[in-house]
Amino acid sequence: MGRLRTANINQPTYLLISEQVLPGRLPLKNQPSDFGTSLWRFFSSLKLTIFLLIGLAVVSVIGTIIPQGNPPPVEYLQTISQAKFDLYSKLGFFNMYHSWWFVLLLYLLTLNLVACSLRRFPHDWKLINGQVPVLDEQQEKSLANVQSWKVSQSAADLKKSAAEILGRGLTTPVVTKVNDEYHLFAEKGRFSRLGVYILHFSIIIVFIGAMVGSFFGFKGFAQIPEGDSITTASTTTGKVIDLGFAVRCDSFSLTLYDTGAPKEYRSVLSVIENGKTVIDKQPIIVNSPLTYRGITFYQSSYSQDGNPSFHFTVRNRTNGTETQMTATGDQPLALPGGETLTILGFAPDVGSIYPGFSGPAVQVQVQGKGPTAEPFALLQKYPAFNADKGGDYVISFAGADQKWRTGLQVTKDPGVWVVWLGCFLLVSGIFVSFFLSHRRIWIRIGAGRIVVAGSSNKNQAAFRITLDEIVDKLKKI
Amino acid sequence: MRMSSSLLFNIATLSYFAATVVFFAYLASKNRTIGFAGTIASGFGLLVQTVAFFLRWKESYDMGRGHAPLSNLYESVVFFAWTIVLIFLLIDAKYRYRAVGAFVLPFALMAMAWAQLMGDAQKEIQPLVPALQSDWLLYHVITCFLGYAAFAVACGISIMYLIKVKQEDTDGNSPAGGILSLFPSSKILDDLNYRAIMIGFPLLTLGIITGAAWANYAWGSYWSWDPKETWSLIVWFIYAAFLHARITRGWVGKRAAILSIIGFAATIFCYLGVNLLLSGLHSYGGG
Repeated sequence: MGRLRTANINQPTYLLISEQVLPGRLPLKNQPSDFGTSLWRFFSSLKLTIFLLIGLAVVSVIGTIIPQGNPPPVEYLQTISQAKFDLYSKLGFFNMYHSWWFVLLLYLLTLNLVACSLRRFPHDWKLINGQVPVLDEQQEKSLANVQSWKVSQSAADLKKSAAEILGRGLTTPVVTKVNDEYHLFAEKGRFSRLGVYILHFSIIIVFIGAMVGSFFGFKGFAQIPEGDSITTASTTTGKVIDLGFAVRCDSFSLTLYDTGAPKEYRSVLSVIENGKTVIDKQPIIVNSPLTYRGITFYQSSYSQDGNPSFHFTVRNRTNGTETQMTATGDQPLALPGGETLTILGFAPDVGSIYPGFSGPAVQVQVQGKGPTAEPFALLQKYPAFNADKGGDYVISFAGADQKWRTGLQVTKDPGVWVVWLGCFLLVSGIFVSFFLSHRRIWIRIGAGRIVVAGSSNKNQAAFRITLDEIVDKLKKI
Repeated sequence: MRMSSSLLFNIATLSYFAATVVFFAYLASKNRTIGFAGTIASGFGLLVQTVAFFLRWKESYDMGRGHAPLSNLYESVVFFAWTIVLIFLLIDAKYRYRAVGAFVLPFALMAMAWAQLMGDAQKEIQPLVPALQSDWLLYHVITCFLGYAAFAVACGISIMYLIKVKQEDTDGNSPAGGILSLFPSSKILDDLNYRAIMIGFPLLTLGIITGAAWANYAWGSYWSWDPKETWSLIVWFIYAAFLHARITRGWVGKRAAILSIIGFAATIFCYLGVNLLLSGLHSYGGG
């Protein structure tokens, strides 16, 4: 299996994917067709599996087309009629993935998966544990890959070489002597038959993890203005959760790329428990949250907290007197000579507007007694920029203060590790059940005759190559 | 600087075009050397594109934006083409059914051609927005796209199957002539379809899990029934149904081929349709 080689899958016999002993055709314990039997047959049938998988695929589309939410977005509601709204509400389309019928489908799938596994397991368990070291005639007839030829050497001599070849080709065989005949039996990967059960079991583990999360966890949100702290978070349903400790937002900052696209949202958080600072000034950014006592804080959004204040240095052109002034929000600023300075706009980083420049900038307009002057921009890092504007004054922008409010996603999910365990088992189960197979080879050495037989529950093509190599070597003894 | 990687992407596109033409010439001529030339052209294109991929990665560092070129629609479409050719060549190396190339390379060619036709603004190396600044980007995108690519190969094989089976039905068992003579038998195509999906399904599963892990790390929720998540699950359900249907006798052949084509259509919707037509958390790939 390890080597990459050209597998010939031209011949139909090589195309068998798995053994033809299939769950759908396994004998049932209670043959009489009573109600219990038909129910068992129904829930453990592969037809139900396919129906449920396709059904889930089809109905899942609904919730991707109809916006989800309680209540759904207003913009969407305006586009549908009242009758449609009532119908969709009744069918649970606005919270589709938690509607009773969707959850029922998931439960049915789980039930089906358990029933199928229970029905198949005894048969596979027998194949895992029930070694068949002796190749009798009945066994020989049931196998697809059987070859035999005449030999001249003694059975005892052949046995030794054959055991070596089988040992190298597959694994060291068990040798049994029955009526002067030697039976060699080697098998590999019998536990790979468990792969499909691990896979199915893992899905149940994921569901359990999800349930643990929804019963014992919460998803909440909190906004903290810079310098303030919170002790609670509120969930989407409006429930207020007491955190049991306080979280303070020491600062929030936003940095941009020169294109104007956001580069980083950063909140510096401290955790205070019983008056003691347990986590001091830890920065969190998107993709790097903070966890304390099982509660995790994720950088999620930000907003302005109150109006920004803008600082200016205003110098009189004629007498050179300088005045420090501060404007708040969009309130116009009265200049010393009675003119007004109005702030029209603010950019935390001017690079996207004036390529080649950087830093904060304001767009202002000075209104004196005369006609309205043209608005102009002032750049904090470039005091000379537009210094000639502003009439009687040289106005320079000394920076802005904006208090921010950070928006944090606050969640607790004790089930998440169960989910990851389920995912790990899921991937392992898929790997084992897709790519590993239970391979068995028998060699019977009797008087003047050798019989080689093999079986594999998967990947017949690769198994045939192994078997053919062993047969070639045996023929050369 | 940026000229160099885009030049190489153009050469890769031309190679895939050449490979597509050569594979069709192979079907018409039945000349084995021509079939081999198709594989060589695909391999050459893949090699050039691999160099271009790393060059673009380096260029993004030179621009101070350092990130793997897997962050927007253009980059993902180009990467999709790369994964399709990679999966095709792996299957070609193992089973040597060259005719399959004629039905798989067109997918890679279409993806590359579409990417090359995008505007310069879309091709630009953009800095990463905060949500994408994570190592999970690499694991998530690579696993998803390798999975998608395996499904693309399965879809190409299924189309071949449907053509072949139609011809077998009309001609009975008489030796096939014309362009279809180099198609593997329907039985082999059916099996190859299954094998390609056996590659794609574990990769899609890993793609969904890495996506969930990332979402949990960035947003605090591993599953939110966002349209992208839901569609990836829809695709997973379809291929899970395919794999289970395989165990019962009735679902091989034509029905399996159709299910594989439906699965790939859903894959494409999950990849492109969700971003271009629906709204949700996963909006990076749309623009």
